This record gives sequence, C-alpha cells and structure tokens, in this order.
Amino acid sequence: MEKNPIITLKDISLSFDGEQVLDKLDLSIYDGEFVTLLGPSGCGKTSTLRIIGGFLTPDSGDVFFGDKRVNDLPPYKRPVNTIFQRYALFPHLNVYDNVAFGMKVQKKNKAEIAETVDRMLTMVGLKGFEKRTVSTLSGGQQQRVAIARALANNPKVLLLDEPLAALDLKLRKEMQNELKNMQKSLGITFIYVTHDQEEALTMSDRVVVMDGGVIQQIGTPIDIYNEPQNVFVADFIGDSNLFSGIMVRDLLVNILGVDFPCVDTGFGENNPVDVVIRPEDVLLVPAKDGQITGTVTSLIFKGVHYEMNIMAGGYKWLVHSTKMEPVGAEVGLCVEPENIQIMHKPHSVQQEGHGIDE
Amino acid sequence: MTNKRNIWLTGPYLVWIAGFIILPLLVILFYAFTNPAGNFTFSNITAAVTDITNIKAFGLTMLLGFLATAICLLLAYPLALCLTKLKIKQKSSVIFLFILPMWMNFMLQMVAINVILEDNGIINMLLSSLGLPNMHIANTFGAILIGMVYDYFPFMLLPIYNTVSRIDKDLINASKDLGASSFMTFLKVTLPLSMPGVISGITMVFVPAISDFAIAEMLGGGKIMLIGNVVEMSFTKGQYFQGSGLALILMLFVVASSLIPGDDEAEASVEGGVVLP
Ligand SMILES: Nc1ncnc2c1ncn2[C@@H]1O[C@H](COP(=O)(O)OP(=O)(O)O)[C@@H](O)[C@H]1O
Ligand SMILES: [Mg+2]
Repeated sequence: MEKNPIITLKDISLSFDGEQVLDKLDLSIYDGEFVTLLGPSGCGKTSTLRIIGGFLTPDSGDVFFGDKRVNDLPPYKRPVNTIFQRYALFPHLNVYDNVAFGMKVQKKNKAEIAETVDRMLTMVGLKGFEKRTVSTLSGGQQQRVAIARALANNPKVLLLDEPLAALDLKLRKEMQNELKNMQKSLGITFIYVTHDQEEALTMSDRVVVMDGGVIQQIGTPIDIYNEPQNVFVADFIGDSNLFSGIMVRDLLVNILGVDFPCVDTGFGENNPVDVVIRPEDVLLVPAKDGQITGTVTSLIFKGVHYEMNIMAGGYKWLVHSTKMEPVGAEVGLCVEPENIQIMHKPHSVQQEGHGIDE
Repeated sequence: MTNKRNIWLTGPYLVWIAGFIILPLLVILFYAFTNPAGNFTFSNITAAVTDITNIKAFGLTMLLGFLATAICLLLAYPLALCLTKLKIKQKSSVIFLFILPMWMNFMLQMVAINVILEDNGIINMLLSSLGLPNMHIANTFGAILIGMVYDYFPFMLLPIYNTVSRIDKDLINASKDLGASSFMTFLKVTLPLSMPGVISGITMVFVPAISDFAIAEMLGGGKIMLIGNVVEMSFTKGQYFQGSGLALILMLFVVASSLIPGDDEAEASVEGGVVLP
C-alpha cells in the first residue's frame, strides 16, 4: 500500500494517575480502510480513539491528519466523527434534531439540512421516526440514530467505540453487515473498536491487536489468525493449543518431547520458542500412524464439527474434527508442517515488535 | 402493583398530615371567610387585596423574591458548572462549605449578617480604612435582599449542581464531536439539560422568599413590611380574620408560582432535587 496515511499516531504515550495506559503507540491508518482496534477490556482502545477524536491529550507523542500535526486542534475542528460507546444521543432532542445537530451548529441552510437528515434516516432505515424522542427508541434504533447523526456530518473518518456491544446477537450480526456495507459504499475510513475477536475478523481490512496499552500485532484478519506473532495474539484470537517448544534446527521443532517438521526458519538451533497449533489443524489418525498418541477425554458436538479434548504427551489438546472418536478412545494426532506456527518467546518480541507493522 | 397489605405503614404519616397540615389549613380557610360575628363573608379577602399598604407590601415582596431568585441563579449556575469540573475530593469539601450555613442557627446567621452590614459594622470599617464614604445598608431593602440570597443560596445551588453533574460527559463530547464550540455546546446541550435543576432551584428560592417574614424582620429593622410581615402582624394583633384572608391570598400565589414551571415539559430523565452529600 503506497497511499499516504490519513491518520498517523506517532509514539503516543498516555497515563492516568501514574498508571500507564498507552505505551509508545505507533499506528498509521489509510484512506478508505476498515481498521479495528481489538483487545481485552482496559487495554486502551477507547483511549486511543479519544486521542484521535481530540477528547484526550496524550502525555507525549503526535497525532497527524494527513501530514498536519493536530495535537492542539479541538475536537469540533477535527474532520472525524465518533459513535460513542453508549450512543450519547441528546435526550432533550427528537430524532430529527439529533441527526441535524451537527449541520445546525455549522449553520447549514434549512433545505440542505432537511435533505441530508432525510437521506441519512432513509439509509439507516428510520424514516418516519423524525419526531420520536430518543428515549422511546430501542437499543438498535438508537444505534442507528447515532450512526445517522455521525454520518450526516460527512466525516472523512468515522470512529466507532464498541458500537454493537449492547445489542443482542442477531441484531449485532445484522448491524455488522450493514456497517460494513455502509463503509464500502460511502468510502469512509472506519476506525472500529471492539473486544469481540469474531467481529474484528469478519469486518476489518486490518486488525490492530492491543494488550496492556501496547500494540501486539497489526495485520489482515487472515494474517492475525494464521500467523500470530506472539502467545497473546494466538490465545486471544480464536481457540488454540499453545506450547512451549524447542526449535531443534530450521524446519524442525520439538514439542512435548516429539520432533515435528515445520516450515519456519531463522529461529536458531535449540532455542526455546512458543508454538501455536489451531484445533482444526490437528488431524485424527489411527493410533499407530500418529506423530503423537493420546486418549480422548471429552467430546462435545458443535454442529459442523466435534470439539474434543485429547490428552497426549501430558498436554490437553483441543481438537476440532468432523470425525467422531468416543471418550476413552486411543487416537493418533498429526499436524501438517505449514500448520505449525512458531513464535519468539516474549522477551525477544520487543526487538521484533516494530517490524510487525505490515 | 402496589402492595395493599403494606398500606397501613403510611398510617402514622396520614395522622400527621391530618393533624398538622389539613387541620390548620381548614382553620385558615374558616377564618378567611368568617367575620368576627361568625357569619360567612368575602370582606376579609376583598380587604386584603384592596388595602393600599397590603398592595405595597405585596409589590415589595414580589420584587424582593424576584431579585433574590435572580441573584441566587446568577451566582449558583456558574459555580455549579465549576464544581462539576473539580476532583471528587475537592468537590465534597467545596459543597460542604456552601451548605454549612444551612446547619447554623437562623438567629445566629441573621446576627452575623447584621454585624457585617451595620453602620459601624465590618463593611463600613473596611470602607473607612480605605478612606471611602460609608454605606448605610443595615435595616434597608438591600439588607433583606442580602439576607435572602445568603439564606436561600444552597437551595439554588444544590438542584442545579445535581442536574449539571449528572449530564453524561459523552453528551458534551458528542456535541463537540459534531462541530459545536464550547459555547454552542453550553447553549445547546448543557443549558437545556440542566433546566429541570434550574426550575427546581427557582421554585425553592422564590417560594420561601415571597412567604418570608423572619428575614425581613431581623434585617429590615421592622421598617420594611413584606406581605409575610403583614400576615404575621395581623395574627399577633389578634386580627385572625383579616390575617387569614391575607394568608390565603399569599398561599394562592405560592401555589401558583410553584405550578407554573410544572407546565414545562423538561425531560424527567434528569431530575432536580436537593440531595445532601
Ligand atoms: N478518565 C480516566 N481516569 C482514570 N483512568 C482511566 C480513565 N479512562 C480510562 N482509564 C483507565 O485506562 C485504561 C484503559 O482504558 P480504556 O482506554 O477505556 O480501555 P478499553 O477501551 O480498551 O477498555 C483502563 O485501565 C482504565 O481504567
Ligand atoms: Mg472502551
């Protein structure tokens, strides 16, 4: 991607009452992309968004819009709009006036305001709700008003802070699709915050995985899932089997005392590494054919596949398979070399950390 | 559904209401429409509204009530805004400072104010030491006004502070996010959302202010007659019938002035009310 970033965060640090919330954060966001900040509660996602919106001033570091430094630009002058975690609709105004708020304070003419509000409410499916007070709307409808209100300002970038967290599962799926479609058709850059990894993987062009105020990995959903850069990412995204292993030499890793061929090189010889194997990548074979053998300890039917726990080599493997093996069965486990993901141990992550941004 | 079996729990309070609220009201009502001979009459009411001293006292009362309310509002609103910006620890001590006078004996408050305002009181001592001419404040309209503002200020501050501090910070952020400057945000979000508190504060200052007689007596030196003082005097002079007529009229005004803001359809989501910290 040779485009220039639309927003750049450089070396951003932030602390509250001596507690470090963001630590030397670097992040570039490109025009028209859907970027998701993903991480557990309290990892600093909202704070990052607020720094971009202008509601929080970082202790150090710079915020750029294009190549203009905007650290001192107040929120109302920034070309971004926010959808707040709890919607923050104005309770004293009806739906129409909520959506029209931004245009009214910018003194747009009446006809233009009416036309835009109408277009926005049509887009979010709330035409006819103009006169309703926001407190009479359901959570999903309030969410739509918040979206219409933010988009009515025609922002270059939309910031969304866990916008769907309060909705029930079905509605959430629906809104995920709608938001994604809106983003594509309007061509607006979305910076989306969530702690739901599935949501992040399905909606985003790029995912920024955060933990403890530090970016752990930036990449496409597929990269993040298939090639986690460290144990945190592997553990946070999807289900996984995590091992502490030894890189015997290039293309060979030892886990649980067994040598597994792999495709990774450059980790040195006999170096400790972290290894992740996804549950769907563990193949069940007859016991005599397995790279390692074990006993099925539990079995749950999940619809498309079975979820099994298999005790092998002193580790409880999580295995997803369409083949069913009864509890107590002796089975062999195999893993294709390309499905073994090798990662540096955490102390060396920092050295590598900055190279990850791709 | 209310639990009918527990309704007897309100019994003691109903007895209280009957004995100390309903009964006195009925007595006033009875006196107001009765002449000394014990016959029904409207003359107490007509006398109350036609007597020139009453009308003057009435005008003065309204003026005082209006001024005291306006001054309290102008002092309290900006203060409430500042208070919400303080850290929690500072907040409670500052609020404590402002409601402290409420816990002081009323007579003591009035004496203290007099000591400050007297012809040879603190203000004039300060003026003299600066070589400025002295001011005669004690026992004037101004003294009563100062006393009322002093006494009723917490009743304006607390409801406003309560509503302002309960406004979600993200509503303010959302307003700025949508392009409103701080001033516009105040006009379009903070002010309308704090109206319930403002209305509640106005009622809680205006109503006691127009029915006051004690502050006027203590700080007006008996020279300034408010409608409350006229009522009080009628009763101390034993003119129960005229006094009740006047009291009834005053009561109607009090009820009316607390009802007018009730028409306002201000959002009930943020309610004003006095909550002592
Ligand atoms: N206004 C604040 N004052 C003190 N601490 C705060 C404040 N806002 C956030 N924090 C702390 O900063 C950390 C990150 O918060 P936040 O950015 O909201 O995380 P997230 O959105 O990822 O859940 C949390 O530990 C939180 O307690
Ligand atoms: Mg958050």
